[in-house]
Amino acid sequence: MKATDISNPDYFHKVVDCQWACPAHTPVPEYIRLIAHGRYSDAYMINWKSNVFPGILGRTCDRPCEPACRRTRVEDETVVGKREPVAICRLKRVAADYKDDDIGAMMPKAPAKNGKRVACVGGGPASLTVARDLAVLGYEITIFDQDPKLGGFIRTQIPHFRLPESVIDEEVGFIVDIGNIEFKHKRIDSMKALLTEGYDAVFVGSGAPRGRELDVPGRQEAGANIHIGIDWLSSVSFGHITKVGKRVIVLGGGNTAMDCCRTARRLGGEDVKVIVRSGFEEMKASPWEKEDAIGEDIPILNFLVPKAVTHENGKITGVTFEKVKAEYDAKGRRNLVPTGEPDPHYPCDDVLVAIGQENSFPWIEADSGIEFDRWGLPKLSETTFASSHPQVFFGGDAAFGPKNIIWAAAHGHDAAISIHKTLQGEDASERPAPGMNIVSQKMGIHEWSYDNAPSDENRRKVPHRAKAEALKDIMAEVELGFDPDLAWKEAQRCLNCDVQTVFAANLCIECDACVDICPMDSISFVDNAEESLLRGTLMAPALNLTQDIYIADGLKTGRVMAKDEDVCLHCGLCAERCPTGAWDMRKYYVEMTQAEHACHKR
Amino acid sequence: MTYISKPKLHHPGLLKNAAGFTRRDYEGAVSTLCAGCGHDSISAAIIQACYELDILPHQVAKLSGIGCSSKAPTYFLGASHGFNTVHGRMPSVMTGANLANRDLIYMGVSGDGDSASIGLGQFAHVMRRGLNMVYIVMNNGVYGLTKGQFSATADKGSVSKKGLPNSDSSIDLVSMAILMGATFVGRSFSGDKRQLVPLIKAAVQHKGAAFIDVVSPCVAFNNHAGSTKSYDYVREHNDAVNFIDFIESRTEITTDYAAGTLQEVQQHDGSTLRLRKLNDAYDPCDKVTALNQIQKAEAAGEVITGLLYLDPLPKDLHENLNTVDTPLNALVEADLCPGQAALDKFNAGLR
Repeated sequence: MKATDISNPDYFHKVVDCQWACPAHTPVPEYIRLIAHGRYSDAYMINWKSNVFPGILGRTCDRPCEPACRRTRVEDETVVGKREPVAICRLKRVAADYKDDDIGAMMPKAPAKNGKRVACVGGGPASLTVARDLAVLGYEITIFDQDPKLGGFIRTQIPHFRLPESVIDEEVGFIVDIGNIEFKHKRIDSMKALLTEGYDAVFVGSGAPRGRELDVPGRQEAGANIHIGIDWLSSVSFGHITKVGKRVIVLGGGNTAMDCCRTARRLGGEDVKVIVRSGFEEMKASPWEKEDAIGEDIPILNFLVPKAVTHENGKITGVTFEKVKAEYDAKGRRNLVPTGEPDPHYPCDDVLVAIGQENSFPWIEADSGIEFDRWGLPKLSETTFASSHPQVFFGGDAAFGPKNIIWAAAHGHDAAISIHKTLQGEDASERPAPGMNIVSQKMGIHEWSYDNAPSDENRRKVPHRAKAEALKDIMAEVELGFDPDLAWKEAQRCLNCDVQTVFAANLCIECDACVDICPMDSISFVDNAEESLLRGTLMAPALNLTQDIYIADGLKTGRVMAKDEDVCLHCGLCAERCPTGAWDMRKYYVEMTQAEHACHKR
Repeated sequence: MTYISKPKLHHPGLLKNAAGFTRRDYEGAVSTLCAGCGHDSISAAIIQACYELDILPHQVAKLSGIGCSSKAPTYFLGASHGFNTVHGRMPSVMTGANLANRDLIYMGVSGDGDSASIGLGQFAHVMRRGLNMVYIVMNNGVYGLTKGQFSATADKGSVSKKGLPNSDSSIDLVSMAILMGATFVGRSFSGDKRQLVPLIKAAVQHKGAAFIDVVSPCVAFNNHAGSTKSYDYVREHNDAVNFIDFIESRTEITTDYAAGTLQEVQQHDGSTLRLRKLNDAYDPCDKVTALNQIQKAEAAGEVITGLLYLDPLPKDLHENLNTVDTPLNALVEADLCPGQAALDKFNAGLR
């Protein structure tokens, strides 16, 4: 194998599994350490800079970081029970909950206007991110939304018992308070008209606003009691709907279905069921959201395909389903085939349809210069988010279909870079490299400036409001968040994967001290070979091919140092036992470059 | 030393041996020796050997004297019996323990000071008696605990860290052990576990006095240019005559040494020890030529390593003394005081 090029920012970035998995690449271990130190405002600002909505995401994020967490690979089930990641998402909320009241003073302010105007269509997370990144550069931003307040789906789709409106108001406020950002409560009906208004660029962050329809007999006849999930949630959010029938069926297995059923429980639904086509395991909803729904006495019935809505005198009586089972063909594709059992019928008073969302751009004219693909999505560059119209950029759900908030923030950052570079006359396809700051953590002979002893503790559970109380009040937040003590304990579980083991072959005397002390058998000194062979000759075979082997050559015996990054605890024992300082623990702070520093000429 | 103890977390693929233990179960406390000490590598080799041999930790007694090396038993086999004896007196305590309970595996760990200076007499006699044991000397050629004076095994002419040459002749423990009657004698290097681990495994299985001299660089006081016990010197002058390739009834040891001719040695218990020779002229079963070759290598400044001498049919102390098979500490009063009739019969035999 070739020696590893550790000067490439991606190499050690990838070792920080959580940060690498995060669409916005938030420096997770850094803010977790700050939370452990009680520096909540600093932790908040790292998040705010990277993902814009720490308080919102700390409650609602899809958390791609958590399944990536190294703890899920290194925990010993016999010691800690179930292998679980650090509760990264809920620690983020701690930073938001306990930050200083005057944190607004740490936020940037808009400089003098630079004379360029950018329109953002849609007031959701993607547009807000673009607005924030560009407002600090002097752009004049106008955000259009059909709803009376900024926030988009964050505000209309997520029930307030999961995300209090005050949190949305605060974080939207941080962005608007930068200055140079104007909100217009106006639905944009024509892209062509908008383009004539003299904006230098238009960003489309209008989301995926159309809920998929239920197409079964009886849909029309019983229509008064059949609601499209996202529209219904939005009406609940704005107070237009305050009641639901006692018996409610929610169709669909995604997070919207989970929000619908839990909302229904709070609006008078006593017998609320979620019924899904797929199996329970394949449901799109996050496992913790399913858990929360089940915890509120909502059964989830699976392998049932809606067949017909039954009704009497124009009033809904229930839904008939067909029982199916999953069969897999030779290529591993799943087919749902009828089991032949009698069709079950579930009586109900209301049906909530949450079987998917779609993009919808009826307001973008065919001759506006923006091309669409055959799935109705805009043709975009995946790196710049630029459309076929030189002034129009997309992001969030409007770009590549429904995803989630953290993706919207990531798209927003990238689109802002593209808009800035384009408007400054630079090539938007040349993307800025991430910033990297490297600091040795050595304080003394055996002293490190981070807590290097790995914790054996289990993941902490976030305290919940008592169920009876929570179900009574639709505004009462269910999750209460970690208190500082629980947060500290949970923060200690972080393995500090950004503190990297850095090896200097010229200092190594090949004494094996690091090999002997490594608790995870990660380090080996072996004869060099092809990667597929070498992976089998290490102290412990390196079977996880998604994780790199760190190779250093130039040793006196001609062997190479091979470190399997997979299960390293970053405990620093290799560096402590190294007599020559060939190993050092260095913090690699990798930060994505945003629009502010993306241009060569400023 | 380190401030944190070794984390309990371990590689998810860590395997258990036939005894139901992982390699980590054979570890001891975290080492307090200097970072990079060769002794820690030898401890790791002992851990690996015991793991591979499926040894039950409670069936091992580890004994040591005084010195850096003699601290080492704390850092391996944390669940085994241990005895830290008076300086240089480990062999007598081990002899006593072995006489009392012949069923345990005895592992003596000592250093060049403990064995070649203050304990030289004890060293010689325990070899003579053929105690069934593994005697490992972690040999670094200096007194590390007192800041690096030459020990008795430092080569004549080698230079101290301060720059002074050693004017005294060195004691070669390997030659001495062979002369004194040890039946398994090897030498290895702490930086070469591929050679050392199989050697320890074979020594544990040897039913007699097994001695291994392990050159173990002292990173603090004896790892400089001019030292003959530094990592660099030993690597450059390591003259390995053979390595143990296979011990019958055990899983094959895979190693990537260059292939040489095979030598199979039938042992006392019927098992076969397979040696792969790197030096065809070397026959470890021939005491006279072995000693000759060892002297020649040493005269040439080479560090000869491998299994240097093996008597495949050793006799141990218990065999020589014709003791009963039951460990003496397990004999009950009825065995020890068989009664008046037995005494009368015995006395009659003397009349």
